[in-house]
Amino acid sequence: MKPAPFNYALAKSIDEATSYLADGNGEAIVLAGGQTLVPMLSMRLARPELVIDINGVDELFGIEETDASVIIKACTRQVTALNSEIVKSRVPLLHKAMHFVGHFQTRNRGTIGGSVAHSDPAAEIPLAALALDSEVELRNVNGSRRVAMADYLVGPLMTAREPDELLVAVHLPAIVPGVTTATSFHEVSERHGDFAVVAVAAQLTFDGAICTKAAVAFGGVDHTPVRIPEFETRLIGQTLAYGVPDAALDLIADGINPGSDQHASANYRRRVARTLANRAVSEAAVDARSGA
Amino acid sequence: MTDTIHIHVSINGNEVTDSVIPRMTLLDFLRYKAGMTGTHAGCEHGVCGACSVIFDGDPVRSCSLLAVQANGKSVMTVEGLSNADGTPGTLQEAFQDAHAMQCGYCIPGMLVSAHALLARNAAPSLEDIKEAIGGNICRCTGYVQIIEAIQLAATRLREALE
Repeated sequence: MKPAPFNYALAKSIDEATSYLADGNGEAIVLAGGQTLVPMLSMRLARPELVIDINGVDELFGIEETDASVIIKACTRQVTALNSEIVKSRVPLLHKAMHFVGHFQTRNRGTIGGSVAHSDPAAEIPLAALALDSEVELRNVNGSRRVAMADYLVGPLMTAREPDELLVAVHLPAIVPGVTTATSFHEVSERHGDFAVVAVAAQLTFDGAICTKAAVAFGGVDHTPVRIPEFETRLIGQTLAYGVPDAALDLIADGINPGSDQHASANYRRRVARTLANRAVSEAAVDARSGA
Repeated sequence: MTDTIHIHVSINGNEVTDSVIPRMTLLDFLRYKAGMTGTHAGCEHGVCGACSVIFDGDPVRSCSLLAVQANGKSVMTVEGLSNADGTPGTLQEAFQDAHAMQCGYCIPGMLVSAHALLARNAAPSLEDIKEAIGGNICRCTGYVQIIEAIQLAATRLREALE
């Protein structure tokens, strides 16, 4: 298993990387942490003419915060995000999701941007980003644009990123100070660190014991991570700490489109999605009540 | 289409300079160019952990890095765990004493992951050890003796400091 031949370019700046992409005519691919790309090269599932290494681009590393959001630059290592106090305190849902991402050897290299750029339908980082209503910042030689995760995720391993665009950052809305917010992330996978068979990411806000806003994203059960607006709406005004009403949980099966494969049947995935959603939402409700 | 690229890598403290084609992984560079065959090629797609090395201070999978990316970096392989005279280091000796090896194919990766763990945590819990070798697959031992070996090494390393 050896990669097919390719040319290699080490970019030193975002401008350099985007100009390589512009010249690449769609035959260039960006190398961030390489935890998916290098295996794909080795298996010859990817046969680019040019590999653009962005590990030397300092401006693509780091975590910044504004009043409203946390900005994670594309090449920030997963281990950095996992250990970040900013992430833990201001986007706790992503912090919880990071515990399920790979192993520490892969988190030491793997990046936030790489996971979002690749967008495996069962990956945890795009799932958490979708639940948080995050935006992806894309840049090409002409300028930059920001795309909401819901529009960015197009299909399995397919995104709204154009071939000449570089994913430069993910903008994650931070929890609002003074508003009781609780998060929960649950996953079923064959081994810890594997991609999810099913994963659920939930962030809810409460006024006293009553849910005022709900965001619940499902992974591994459709072509992309998905939200189910009807389900989320049904959670508002409820207490939820003793479990999610069946009438709400019944809406999940129609909101997802799971496939069957060697890991699990579609029916099993539907049942797990329902169970994990109940678990995640009620856990968040209990946490909110106890002030955790 | 692919020109070779000149790289300069510090491997276990020795400076190695060579030319590589871009598609050569760090794993193949270590084995075929640097002659460090202790690092094993297992799955070659980032799953099994047999090829683990310490790259710029952190354990990573050498099959999922390109050799060109190691230019100017330092790499420690399993060979770097032995004593200066070539005899097994404390961790390696513990693996031998605890009968942690059966076929032994996964062991270089296990040793590297265990070394990285003990470097930052002198008294790891059972859960810490399981987490540390969670990315290393062993198909023989059932992991029990490997975990015991890491506990034994941790104890011996702590005693050596006292």
